[in-house]
Amino acid sequence: MSFKQRRTYYQRLKDEGRLSGQEAAIRAELEDERLHLIEAPHRDCDLPPLADLYSCNDFTLLHHLDPERGPLVSSIRSIDDLLERDRIREKDGFPRKIKVGKLVKPGRGSDEKVVVVPTTVEEKFIHDNRFLEQQSGDDGGSGGGHGEGEEGDVIGEQPVRQGGEGEGTGAGQGKGGAHDMDANAYDLGRILTEKFKLPNLKEKGKKRSLTRYTYDLTDKNRGFGQVLDKKATLRQILKTNIGLDKLSAVDEIDSTEFLIAPRDKIYRILSREKDYESQAMVFFIRDYSGSMAGKATELVVTQHILIYSWLLYQYGGQVETRFVLHDTEATEVEDFYTYYNSRVAGGTQVAAGYRLINQIVAQESLASDYNIYIFHGTDGDDWDREGHETIPELKKMLTYASRIGITIAEHRYASPGGTEVETYLKRTGLLEQAAELLRLDSMKEDSSEDRLIDGIRKLVSE
Amino acid sequence: MQLIDQKTKRIMEGCKERAREAGLSFEDESLEYVVSNRDMIELMPKNMIPTLYDYWVHDVEVLREKGKYELYPSNPYETVINTRPAISFYNDNNPDWLNVMIFYHVIGHIDFFQNNLYFRHTWEYDLTGQALADKRLIARLRSEYGRWVDYVIEFARGIDNLVGYHAELARFNRTDNGCSKRINYYFDYFLQTIKQVSTSDYVKQVELFNDYIKQHGKLGEKAFFADVLKKYPEFDASFEKYRQSYTPDSPDLLQFLTDHSPFLNKDENKWMKSVLQIVRTTSIYFQPQIRTKIMNEGWASYWHENLFLQDDRIKGHEVAFARVNAAVTAMPRVGLNPYALGMRLFYDLEEMAERGCYSYDFRRLNDVEQRQQFDRKTGQGRDFIFNVRENFCDFTFINSFVDQDFIDNNKLFVAGRRLNKERMVWEYYVRSRKAEDYRQMLFASLYHPPVIRIEPEKSTDGTLYLNHCLEGKPLVNEYITNTMLGIEYLWGSPVQLETSEAEVRAVSETETGDGAPQVSWTRVLYTMKDRQFSREVL
Repeated sequence: MSFKQRRTYYQRLKDEGRLSGQEAAIRAELEDERLHLIEAPHRDCDLPPLADLYSCNDFTLLHHLDPERGPLVSSIRSIDDLLERDRIREKDGFPRKIKVGKLVKPGRGSDEKVVVVPTTVEEKFIHDNRFLEQQSGDDGGSGGGHGEGEEGDVIGEQPVRQGGEGEGTGAGQGKGGAHDMDANAYDLGRILTEKFKLPNLKEKGKKRSLTRYTYDLTDKNRGFGQVLDKKATLRQILKTNIGLDKLSAVDEIDSTEFLIAPRDKIYRILSREKDYESQAMVFFIRDYSGSMAGKATELVVTQHILIYSWLLYQYGGQVETRFVLHDTEATEVEDFYTYYNSRVAGGTQVAAGYRLINQIVAQESLASDYNIYIFHGTDGDDWDREGHETIPELKKMLTYASRIGITIAEHRYASPGGTEVETYLKRTGLLEQAAELLRLDSMKEDSSEDRLIDGIRKLVSE
Repeated sequence: MQLIDQKTKRIMEGCKERAREAGLSFEDESLEYVVSNRDMIELMPKNMIPTLYDYWVHDVEVLREKGKYELYPSNPYETVINTRPAISFYNDNNPDWLNVMIFYHVIGHIDFFQNNLYFRHTWEYDLTGQALADKRLIARLRSEYGRWVDYVIEFARGIDNLVGYHAELARFNRTDNGCSKRINYYFDYFLQTIKQVSTSDYVKQVELFNDYIKQHGKLGEKAFFADVLKKYPEFDASFEKYRQSYTPDSPDLLQFLTDHSPFLNKDENKWMKSVLQIVRTTSIYFQPQIRTKIMNEGWASYWHENLFLQDDRIKGHEVAFARVNAAVTAMPRVGLNPYALGMRLFYDLEEMAERGCYSYDFRRLNDVEQRQQFDRKTGQGRDFIFNVRENFCDFTFINSFVDQDFIDNNKLFVAGRRLNKERMVWEYYVRSRKAEDYRQMLFASLYHPPVIRIEPEKSTDGTLYLNHCLEGKPLVNEYITNTMLGIEYLWGSPVQLETSEAEVRAVSETETGDGAPQVSWTRVLYTMKDRQFSREVL
């Protein structure tokens, strides 16, 4: 949405007295003139440690070998083994140890690949160094430095989160990335389903089988049938006559000389066709407004990756997915890659996103053919404090959706459960009235993966 | 994995000769292997020790972001391992000149391994051989006990950073005071802890004892105790009781569990002890490596630079060398590079010692001008750094030699990073150029496992009571439960951990002025009983 439009929207809300109380946050988003660019594939993870003595080693420095590169690939070879082991662990009375969901990009070049890896951590009593960073007052911690500059001088700067999202989870691939993404997402989904025993989505369309049969004149049959396929018949006659050596030269063909056998006649015949049909349509929608910068987006996209992966596995690619991004205006993007990697900017209007989905559903009349699931990720900000526009759209969605799952990634500074979206949703009572259809899950933006998976459970469970 | 070819080996031997002439000392034999990427993949998780025992976690990518080095004291991924003979690894396609540089670097490391006293306990045996035996033992146990071996390895590894490395080292230089256990008990424990006699009484007793020895010679002790028993008839009973009760002689938790765990000492569980021992010795073996990272890399860099430039065989590759060398030893604008830091310290020390700056005369000088002019031309620079390489570890190295002169000469500073909320950028800035701050920053980034004491006095009803001595940092909270679960398994009874939780309350800058958050500490007691975790505020 252009700056001007955003301004108008802002003004309108203000005039109607519905503007959210988060004046400062809105101001920031309002002034935000960045564009929603797709993230460059190359991004280094998070902020570099300032005082890491132990990451330098002879292999990287002297041999130019990257020791981190190897094990990632080798380690996925025995996922099944590891999962089996983990299951037995639980039986033996110890907590599970394999975690998944980290997508790591091993390379630094342009042909990066996303690899799904099972990860684990060896727990020990160790000092918490994050504590020092918190304690030191400024969030970044301290480290070594070398060169000119007076005390207090700023010697360099780095944009926060270099544009945004998915850091650490390794978004972004080079060319051909989307395909790898799917293949690996499938793997991830498999692990998720097996390991975490996510409940199956309620399948509204269970009566309708995954494969539908239609009857059509598609098959060819020799000898009898409904409609004579003249072209194919002629071809067959030619073949037969060549076989009989009736064709002496190409330029003097005499068709009256041809022998025609009954089996040369080729007919179209009515036949049963399998018609593959998706039974579920999943909308992923996320807020990519300016306030979503950093962890909130990371959380949302990670959760959506997990859901996406899991659906991909669960429905063997039969699920259709649509991706919608919104700030004060919504837009549909074509693939997960774009969805995942679009940079945050702009203001927030949840209604816009919902409206777009309603439009899509209405225009393509999806409601009659599909189970529709909608997963919405947001930080809970909405310029529209009361949700005057959001609620009607949401209600409309509830008429056709099988499940709407809203994840709120609360900012660190926000009070739990106090976000606008949560507040107005609660006020409407929709969460209780339509508990079957609408689920809301709020978590802190720095929640762990386990929490995320719990969240998915909450969103999709019966 | 194959040995390097004969031609390259000859180059290596040439390097060794030159290094020896320069004063480095190391054993004659060394093994050099060419490794493929495939080999590397297998070697990496095993800290480059080809014969290390198999463990499933090695097959999984381990989450490393958080306190990676704290979890893995072994400081893996070095190009040379501290074995007898030392084994080093090479890329297949290095040009000769680069190999020469790496050889010198490797020789620097080998010299360090074999001379630095913090490696003292590794001098007597060859880890690869030991590890192979261990690996076979674990394989045999696994065939017998299956996955339970892995659980034991896991739980043992959970506390393998708490090994009593220093206690282990101390054994090498401990002098026996020549007294019997009884005497030690009487003076060290009985009088001080049980009787709590006054200092003057204590001294009197010592004098009395000395008199007895003087008068009666060998029978002095007996006579002395005859007297003691008159005064404290309960002494013998008390001594006996002391000997029976478990004594905290085990230097660390792993050893303590091996020695005293009722669970491990059951007949059917005895095999677990050997697993614990394997984990413990392996961990102790690797401890010095991470505690000498700056020195070790600095030393190796110092020597590869010096020796390479003197080597007549590689004339004409100086430029190529300079490029690689700069990448290794350049001080980053922001961040730490142990190679660069260590090397500069060694150069600095050599120069200072050469000028005689480690002398009383120099220290008396206050005048900057005079300090700069000071030069005794002692010719002792090299000797001095050889001495440092023998006797120091990272902590003492930094603590002793990172001074204001060093900071100034090398233009070092403590860099800070802060969030500029208006522009939404991280700003890097010069936080301090004071030596003290720089030292503190280095200390904070050095490997330092928490100190966790076993307190037999507080252990009631078979509970194992652990006390974490707070050193300004809390423990990583997420890890505590599972670690305690492991200890409980190995101990066989409930385990308690006393530690501190920190609550950081962010204070806005307007409130305090400096914006430093307030930290409040709460002493808490965690209990792991029947695999159930509970928390209690003390």
